[in-house]
Amino acid sequence: MVRLVNGIFNRLVIVIPFGWLLIFFLVPFVIVLRISMSQTAIAMPPYTPVFDIATGWEGLKDFLSQLSLDNFLYLTQDSLYLKAYISSVTIAFFSTLLTLLVGYPIAYAMAQAPRTIRPTLLMLVILPFWTSFLIRVYAWIAILKPEGFLNQILLYLGIIHEPLIILNTNTAVYIGIVYSYLPFMVLPLYSALEKLDGTLIEAAEDLGCTRFQAFWKVTFPLSLPGVVAGFLLVFIPATGEFVIPDLLGGSETLMIGKTLWAEFFSNRDWPVSSAVAIVLLLVLVIPIALFQNAQAKAQGE
Amino acid sequence: MNRWTSFNKFSITLGFGFLYLPILLLIVYSFNESKLVTVWGGFSTRWYASLLENQALKDAAWVTARVAFTSATIATVLGTLAALALTRYTKFRGRFLFSGMIFAPLVMPDVITGLSLLLFFVAVNLDRGIVTVILAHITFSMCYVAVVVQSRLLSFDRSIEEAAMDLGATPTRTFLQVTLPVIAPAVVSGWMLAFTLSLDDLVISSFASGPGATTLPMKIYSQVRLGVTPEINAVSTILVTIVTIGVITASIITKRREVQRQRDEQAAFAQG
Amino acid sequence: MKSLGSIRRSFAPWTDPSAKPYISFRNVTKKFGTFVAVDDLSLDIYHREFFALLGASGCGKSTLLRMLAGFEQPTSGEIILDGVNMAGTPPYRRPVNMMFQSYALFPHMTVEKNIAFGLKQDGMPKNEIAERVAQMLKLVKLEKFATRKPHQLSGGQRQRVALARSLAKRPKVLLLDEPLGALDKKLREETQFELMDLQQDLGLTFVIVTHDQEEAMTMADRIAVMSAGKVNQVATPAEIYEAPNSRFVADFIGDVNIFDGLVTSSANGMLDIAVGEGFTIRTPIGNMDVRGAARGFAIRPEKIRVSREVPPDAGINSVKGEMWDIAYLGDMTVYIVKLPNGQTVKASSLNAQRSVENPLGYDEDVWISFDGDAGVLLKD
Repeated sequence: MVRLVNGIFNRLVIVIPFGWLLIFFLVPFVIVLRISMSQTAIAMPPYTPVFDIATGWEGLKDFLSQLSLDNFLYLTQDSLYLKAYISSVTIAFFSTLLTLLVGYPIAYAMAQAPRTIRPTLLMLVILPFWTSFLIRVYAWIAILKPEGFLNQILLYLGIIHEPLIILNTNTAVYIGIVYSYLPFMVLPLYSALEKLDGTLIEAAEDLGCTRFQAFWKVTFPLSLPGVVAGFLLVFIPATGEFVIPDLLGGSETLMIGKTLWAEFFSNRDWPVSSAVAIVLLLVLVIPIALFQNAQAKAQGE
Repeated sequence: MNRWTSFNKFSITLGFGFLYLPILLLIVYSFNESKLVTVWGGFSTRWYASLLENQALKDAAWVTARVAFTSATIATVLGTLAALALTRYTKFRGRFLFSGMIFAPLVMPDVITGLSLLLFFVAVNLDRGIVTVILAHITFSMCYVAVVVQSRLLSFDRSIEEAAMDLGATPTRTFLQVTLPVIAPAVVSGWMLAFTLSLDDLVISSFASGPGATTLPMKIYSQVRLGVTPEINAVSTILVTIVTIGVITASIITKRREVQRQRDEQAAFAQG
Repeated sequence: MKSLGSIRRSFAPWTDPSAKPYISFRNVTKKFGTFVAVDDLSLDIYHREFFALLGASGCGKSTLLRMLAGFEQPTSGEIILDGVNMAGTPPYRRPVNMMFQSYALFPHMTVEKNIAFGLKQDGMPKNEIAERVAQMLKLVKLEKFATRKPHQLSGGQRQRVALARSLAKRPKVLLLDEPLGALDKKLREETQFELMDLQQDLGLTFVIVTHDQEEAMTMADRIAVMSAGKVNQVATPAEIYEAPNSRFVADFIGDVNIFDGLVTSSANGMLDIAVGEGFTIRTPIGNMDVRGAARGFAIRPEKIRVSREVPPDAGINSVKGEMWDIAYLGDMTVYIVKLPNGQTVKASSLNAQRSVENPLGYDEDVWISFDGDAGVLLKD
């Protein structure tokens, strides 16, 4: 009897969370896929065909025959979408690269810091991650506005004579992404660099490397797993980012997250926004698979 | 060799300046008398006072608090179970899919998660409201909890569970009396993470919510779109303060325990 | 009858054909996937015996112990404990307790609570638990540490808590998995004797897993030497050392020299083995089958003499060689002598005097010699 109860307990440990994710994560994707192959309709739900289980087998066949790839065709025909995808990936890629450039020296310095202050530094990096994303993006509006803090300082210092237009441009989006995602880059970099055995650098220097060579030939290659993890952790969500381009970007800023939002909330076109989501997912499949792989490897260790 | 060079100190200073200056400015200007956010007009707490009169904002805060508390609690249970399943059962059908579904939401763009959940709720005819927001939040935050708890479980010495069973504890009792108390700190930080994630979320909530279930971030967002106001600065300051106090308190407690533990260990070692 | 080595106590139920074994492994096999951890193993352990499973890591000794505790189920075969087949009995229903290599103390419980844990699971009344815990604390001399948590204890104290906890339920059998591995050498030696006394006083059956042959030799009544999931030999420490039954056991326990040769003749209960030019070993036949042509003769270093003088009967149980290496170890000196066929022989001699006149030196021609019954003929 006890064994039976324990057996059930063991099953539940797997079945409950697995079941939850199947229902609330996987099934919704299947629905997105299905709606992406439907047509818009002025109804509730605003798409056809709608499958009614009561119509049985014939109904299902009829339902399936009405599904089509028209929406995906439409995405390729309207250059707006293609541009939005390309621009999303480009913006995400370069801002991720920038994040890496900004984050690496910070992570490196943290790993070199005296052992006693490292936990404090680590907490200081994590803290912004806990505070609201929206608030952190919002904080930049007051800085980047034409009459904002940045322009006030630059004008005061006499570096510029006309306020710079930064807010509502792609530059603001770059700044926003670097700022918001910096902790995601620093943390994996730091954990890779912190593990590094300091005597390796000493050995390299002992064998005749300069400090820079020792860094480039020993430290950097050994921190690559952290670089990859950080890159993916920033790149993937940045590609589908909505808040940053919406609040900091301008009309020139084309990002797919924003397009999807507009398609859904403004145009109320559910089938097209589903198709947009599916294509975005396809764009991200390779980086997500790489991320999974890195996670699985880290787990294996 | 000392590697804590001035270059490193410079990087840290600049990096942390970059991370914290915007938030500091936001906090400082929440005490601005002037209605213009970027022009200092003297110290005042009038925006905090006006918050108290903003019923819509207070309603949104209440919704957010309920959503965050409920979803974090359920997500902690589900995430802990998921972490146990992932670390304890290395072979079961669908494990690959399962671990994929745990890690995917960590990087999945919010717009996709939000859209798919909304379409799901419509498809199953679930009226959108606070319940759907809670369901959505549970779904993504349980994955974060799973990751936090899982990393604790991976460093967990399984032999103490075997010892408990060897001493006559059934697997269920072993879990409740030994496993759970030992991983409790990770479970608690998982809960805190889930709570703040729910507190912060805008995009997924916007998709999943319906009439009468406007969360605080949704409210803030709709006001921000109309322009920067000192009132938003004040709300943001309160939110940032709450989270900061929470995180710092938690980390000080952990740190103290750690220090005490090290001291004890040294003392035990010294006495032989 | 001459007995091998010294006798510690007259306890030898395994020599009594009417004695019933307390624990029996019957044709037990355990596979992990395709890896065979324990291979068709049969073994009997007697009541009140201090039994050691000795082998290198991966030989299956820990798996055997874990099967007895119930953490692993045998793939085939059965385990009988005190007349009861243990198949299907989960660990928490078995009358055995285990002391873990890592001690596995519950980090969130005090010493007292750790010791009381098993008793609570059995639903023992509170006052009885308190009494038993006090008794166990006294037994391991930790009365003063009752309210401490494991991280506030030193390694030796933790080890004693683990011991007290596993003994608190008065198990029929105590299983010890490398119990002394984490202790330093001095503490380990002290604890070995404490464990032996405890086992005698409590009259329990102990099964210990170790890779440390000295530990096994010191504590155990009998040792099972294991490799590749099989038992190579089960015998008393003295028998294992003086009469190893195979090349593996001879080599695994202590230092040994093995001379390989051909059996040339047997007469008057003696066997002649030609090892090389001018080197014949003459040894009692014992119960060996003499017709096998190739045989190994195993002899321990301390049973070989080294000298400059030509021994009587030169060439019989003696051979001339060259002094290759000398290591002075304080209590004894170890000589490495190279024989004409290239084989090196290790010999040791006790340094009974502080100084020796004209000691043996490098590159000298020396004779090694030994008694014919000082070594053992190997079956393989």
